[in-house]
Order: sequence, then structure tokens, then C-alpha cells
Amino acid sequence: MNAMPSTDTPTTEPILKMTGISKTFPGVKALSDVALELRPGHVTALIGENGAGKSTLVKILTGIYQPDGGNIEIDGKKVDLPTAEAAQDLGITAIHQETVLFDELTVAENIYIGHQPRNRYGLIDWAAMHARAAAILHGIDAPISTRTRLKDLSIAQRHLVAIARALSIDARIVIMDEPTAALSYKEVEELFGIIDRLKKAGKAILFISHKFEEVWQICEYFAVFRDGRQVGAGRLDEVSHNDLVKLMVGRDVTQAFPKLPAEIGDVVLKVDGYCHPTEFDQVSLELRRGEILGLYGLVGAGRSEFCQALFGVTHPSAGTVTLSGKPITVRSPSDAIDAGIVYVPEERGRHGAITAMSIVSNISLPSLKVTSRRNFLRMAEEFDLARKYAERLDLRAASLSQPVGTLSGGNQQKVVIGKWLATLPKVIILDEPTKGIDIGSKAAVHAFMSQLAVEGLAVIMVSSEIPEILGMSDRVIVMREGRMAGVFEREGLTPEALVRAATGNKEAAA
Amino acid sequence: MTIVRSLLARREALLVLACLLLLAAITARFPAFSTPKNLAGVFNDTSILIMMALGQSAVILTKSIDLSVAANVALTGMTVAMLNHLVPGLPVVVLILVAIGMGMLLGAINGFLVWWLDIPAIVVTLGTMTIFRGLAFVESGGAWVNAHEMSPAFLELPRTLILGLPVLSWTGLVAIVLATLLFTRTGLGRAFYATGGNAVAAVYAGIDIGKTRFLAFVLSGTVAGLCGYLWVSRYAVAYVDVASGFELDTIAACVIGGVSTIGGVGTVGGVVLGALFLGIIKNALPVIGISPFWQMAISGAIIITAVVINARGERVKGRVILRRKELPL
Repeated sequence: MNAMPSTDTPTTEPILKMTGISKTFPGVKALSDVALELRPGHVTALIGENGAGKSTLVKILTGIYQPDGGNIEIDGKKVDLPTAEAAQDLGITAIHQETVLFDELTVAENIYIGHQPRNRYGLIDWAAMHARAAAILHGIDAPISTRTRLKDLSIAQRHLVAIARALSIDARIVIMDEPTAALSYKEVEELFGIIDRLKKAGKAILFISHKFEEVWQICEYFAVFRDGRQVGAGRLDEVSHNDLVKLMVGRDVTQAFPKLPAEIGDVVLKVDGYCHPTEFDQVSLELRRGEILGLYGLVGAGRSEFCQALFGVTHPSAGTVTLSGKPITVRSPSDAIDAGIVYVPEERGRHGAITAMSIVSNISLPSLKVTSRRNFLRMAEEFDLARKYAERLDLRAASLSQPVGTLSGGNQQKVVIGKWLATLPKVIILDEPTKGIDIGSKAAVHAFMSQLAVEGLAVIMVSSEIPEILGMSDRVIVMREGRMAGVFEREGLTPEALVRAATGNKEAAA
Repeated sequence: MTIVRSLLARREALLVLACLLLLAAITARFPAFSTPKNLAGVFNDTSILIMMALGQSAVILTKSIDLSVAANVALTGMTVAMLNHLVPGLPVVVLILVAIGMGMLLGAINGFLVWWLDIPAIVVTLGTMTIFRGLAFVESGGAWVNAHEMSPAFLELPRTLILGLPVLSWTGLVAIVLATLLFTRTGLGRAFYATGGNAVAAVYAGIDIGKTRFLAFVLSGTVAGLCGYLWVSRYAVAYVDVASGFELDTIAACVIGGVSTIGGVGTVGGVVLGALFLGIIKNALPVIGISPFWQMAISGAIIITAVVINARGERVKGRVILRRKELPL
């Protein structure tokens, strides 16, 4: 089933038209002057890297965010979407990556939550609810009992429930945000069957996916976002895979990345055949002093999981780690820190800083063994340590005793990085170091990372941003579905090669 | 002006002020209340609450709760009282060690269940609370151990005066010093704060949060065990319902003292002042002739006020994180 749009396409008018949509967050321009059209009975693919603005657009379309400017038209009439409810009333519904449903409620209750059928006394009409839910499920060929609790369903069946819910509110515009991310091959096929039926029922579908083969299988139109802009849109049968890849990554990759030439030294870290029961399989790598190793892949490729296992947060099922020539066993983060491996997690707000604690206490936390004597903490030592790294990172704070929660996001970031540098590591793992921060801060983080490499640290950088990977890495490992999909040297590496390895796109490889 | 304001912003200063205002109000009606002798008496009366609230605060700092501390007091208190009755020759030191050891064991059971079985602390300690009290009933058969069945040495120790203060008060003072050292000057104390402040970040920083929680429960249980002896000896009676509902007083002292119920925030000074505040009210209200029912209502109103003040403090801190979460990902 390839990209043959149904016969009546050329004349189909868009049901939804967005033009000139912009959205700015403090310090980040998430969307600028974006346009999007959706047509009834057709699937439009929304393609773009992480941070391209796809999720922001979905949130505007579902009434969660308000755009700073621009027009949204449905059936040619300008509409406002001030709340999620308003969007729902206009027939817009989204099925999310992690479908938002209620585990302990029955299928029928999930389908009708928030708009349960009522009897004349204003009480819930259970009979009508189950009957209507059953009818909707029957309509999409979903053999699920309306009385089953959601927790007893498979992920694919939950998607069916989510879709049934979309139909129950008479949705005309269905947004699917990476619906296949958690599905098996067979479940994906089933989902595509449902999408076909939705198409036939005249729904306009926005399909967000990283997987090109899926896009080609079920979509007729496409829109490509990059850095908050729409950089291309049209009919899929008029473009090739390579055109899309180019649109997606095609920015000027040679943009200024302050990578300093660092002297690459001996092998510091050697990982052999690292395996995990569910997350990754047979990952091996060598990392040298002064080297920045990029770890690229799609979301869910197992990069973070691999790094967390390396750091002792989770436990590998097989494989060995050698640090500076000595085999080590890492059972806990404490072992890793002692050995000289540190991990700066992706969600620094959630995983990094302890916001109620002072800057000093945060920075010294992994180094307390060093700053204490005979099991007693020495405040003066802690202050010295904190002052040293605060100065080095140009931390802006009134006092080192103030709680980290009172600092700006960028400065919180610096506290977290300072905390890890203070342990004097040999290997530092940075997970998405610039995710969600503005361009200026990004450049500072990149310069700093480069400086670390020059000073002889070995850096593993997990990133989903191609320019960052290309600009900063000495070497790149691409992971796909928990396995290594390629190792590339910096010289002559192209964005297309990375995307091909990460998506397993054979046509583009040809 | 800013100094005053920043001082007022600190919970400890606010509590000192509240305690002083309270004392002033009571003294206005009943001048004898504020004599040094009577105030020393109030402190002595509150010592057990101070110690157990400090143990409780360690647990709450790690984002857990220990509902079993009062039952722990009843069980260890009954055990040492019966031991004293049955073996009158046993030195009091041995009995105190038994109380401490038994309290530690009971705390370890809580900690173990929370750590290894990963059961929420409120459920675990709700269960052990009932079990501990049940055991106190089983071992005593529901009978009381009265003053005449206890040895003089057993009864006199907490009352013995050293430099004009009873041993009970000294125990409280020593506990305050030790808790201050533990909370501010040791890795374990820091781990309490980190575990409750952000468990995930604590794990990434190399802290074993399960072990930290376990040790907090052991600490809380140990203190409760010691207080089991002190309680029974001070009130010269042991029965199953000893210290009934006292676990709520320890939690109230923590909350009034500014310990965040979601963990990670709190100081020794705050907890001590929170306990003293409750102690003053408890001692003063009967003196100025307010009925016990009103006492409970007043205590409750104070707790709610404290929670409101805590919640407002936490909201200010939380805002920064929330804004970051709203960023597009």
C-alpha cells in the first residue's frame, strides 16, 4: 500500500487551516510563522526532529497552549481554542504517545469520561453508555468488552479505546502523536487498519512519526518542521525519501560549533557486549581521553538506558566495563562515582538538582566523602568546593547558601554540572545537554563541553539533535531499537547517513 | 527593616515569636506560669515529645512517616516495666539498654518493610502500630504494672537532679545536640534531606535512598524505645494504652516546626520549637481553665495554620520547576 491518495484528493478542501502560528516561551522561540493544513479523509504526516516544534503545535491545536499570533480556521471559519474543552467541542482530539486513560476504569467509562450520557434525572445512564461504547467499538472492529478494566488491555487495545473515545466526541480532526512508538509490528498493522477506517469515515488525521516507512505507508500529505518553522509541505507522492531527510535536517550544519581541537589520548573506558533484558543489546564502545563520543538515535533507541546502566542506576544482564585498563563492576551510582564515571541526566529539573537544598549542599552532595573528615562534614571545605565550581561555571547567585530552586533554569543547570565536575570524573556522560534551552545557553554548554575534552575528560554526549552531534562529536555511535546501528568518524559524516542508520531507512540508503 | 523581614521569614524566628506571645498572654492571666521553675517544668514535660519529634522528623525528611512510634513506646515501656517487676535486681542500665535495643529492632522492622518490600511507609507503620500495641496486650494480658511493682531505682532515674535539672530534661537536651550534629554535620543527615528533597537526584548522586530511609526508621524506633522507658518511669505506670495517639503529637510538632510533609525541608531548631509550642499550650490551657476539648480544637487549628504556612513556602519554591516543565520538549 503505497502513497496513492484516494481518487478524489485534488479537489478536497482542507478542513483545518493554520497560518502564521507563533509561540514563544521564556527564552525559547518554539514556533514562528507556522502553517498547517489538514484534509478530511486524508492523513498528513508531521515530520521533524525533537524540538522542531511538533508537540507545541499539537498543544496549540488541542487548546492547551495559546499561540502568540496566527490564525486557525475550521471549515473556513476562524476559531479560538482557549481551552482543551473548546478544542474538543470543535471536534479536535489527540491520541498521545502515552495514551492518557484511566487504568482502573472500564472501557466504556474511559470512552465517555467527561461526557457521560445522562438520564432525565441527570444521573449517568449506564445502559446507554455501554450500548453506545459497544457500537463505537464495533464500528472500528475492536472486539473489546466495554466492561473490561483498562489495565487488563494490551497497549494496542488501549489505542483502540483512545480512538473510540475520539469517535465518541464526534471528532473530525484526530491527532496521533507517535502512536506506534510502543507497538509491536503486528499491532502497528492493526493500528493502520483503524486509520484506514477513520480515513474512510472522513476524519482528518495528523500523524506524527519519526519512522519514514510508516509515513509512506499511510500518509498522503506531509509537513516538515525544523527549528520551529515549517520548511516544507505538500503531497507525499511528489517527493522522495531523500527530499524529506534533507528538509528535516537540511540546516547549515557548519554553523558555529566551538569545538576545540583536543588531544585524543589513551582508551579510558571500554564497554564490551553490554546487554539489558529489555532495553538494549550488545552495545560495545571504546572512549579515549579528550574524546567526545556522540550517541545518536531516535527517542526510545535505548541510548539513555544504556548510559544509566553504565552509571549503575539499572543493571545490565551481560557485558563488561573496563576503566583505565582495569575491569570494574558498577552496582550502584555510588560505585560509578567512585570509579570516575558520572552521568548528567536529561531532565535536570527532575533528576538533577535538589531544589530545596542550598547551592553548596547540591554541589558537594556526591563529594561528601572528600569534604568530610572522620565521618563529620566540614562546612568550610564544602564552601571552598562550591565556590571553585561556581566561579568556573560563572554561576550567578546572590549567595551560595541560597536554595537551588530560587535560581534561574540556566543557573540550576550549572549547579548540576558543577556538582559532577567536583567529583573529578574521568568519564562524563551528558544526556541531551542542550535540550529545551535557548540558543545562547546552548553555545555556552557546547563551549564548556569542548573545554572539558581539551582538559582530558572523556565525554559521552547523548543527543537527538543532528547539528549538535555533527558539530561536537569526534565519533558517533548510532543506536536503533536497542542495538548499535553504526559507528561513524567525524570526517565526512553526513546528516543523511545518521538518519539512515537511526531509522533503518533502506530506500534512502540506496 | 529587611533584617527583620528576613528574620521573620525564617520559621524558627516566627516560632520563637509565637512562643513568646503565647507566654505573654498566659502570664497576663496567670503570672506564676512564667517563673523559671515552672518553665523548666514545662520543658521537662515536653522532653519526651521533643526527642520523639526529632526521631519522627528524620523519617519525614526522607518523605516517609512513622505512625508506630507511640505503640513502640507502649510495647517497650511495658516490656521493661514487666522485666523490672519480674526481675527486680536487674540494674536500670540493663533495662535502658533493653528498651533502646527493642525500640531499634521495632524501628528496623518498619525500615525493612519500607526498604525491601517497597510498601508505602504510611501503610507499613499503620500495620506495625496495631501489631506493637497488640503485642503489648499479649505480653501483659491487659494488666497494668503499677508504681509499687516497680523498683525505686527504675522510678527515680528520670527525676534525679543534675545541676538542678532532672535527668529527663538532660536527655532531651543531649538529644537536641546529637540531632543537630546528625542533621547538619554527617553524610547520613545530608542523605535524609536529599532523599526527601529529590529521590531521583539523590540516587544519581550515589545515595542509597532505601538504606537512608531504613536508617531513619531505625533512628525513630531507637528514640521511641528509650522514651518507652522514660515514659513508664516518669508516669510510674505501664498499661497497653500508654501514649495513645502520641504519634500524632510528634507529627504535629514536626509540621508546626516547619518540616515539609513532602520531605526534604526542616531543621532541628524548628522541630524543637514546634514541640515546645505544643508543650506550652498543653501545660497552660488547664492552668487558665480551658476545657480539654477546647485544647484539642486549638491544637488542631494551630496544626492547620502551620500546614498553610508550609504550603505557601513550598509553592514559591515549586514555581521555578513548574515553569521549566512548561517548556516545549
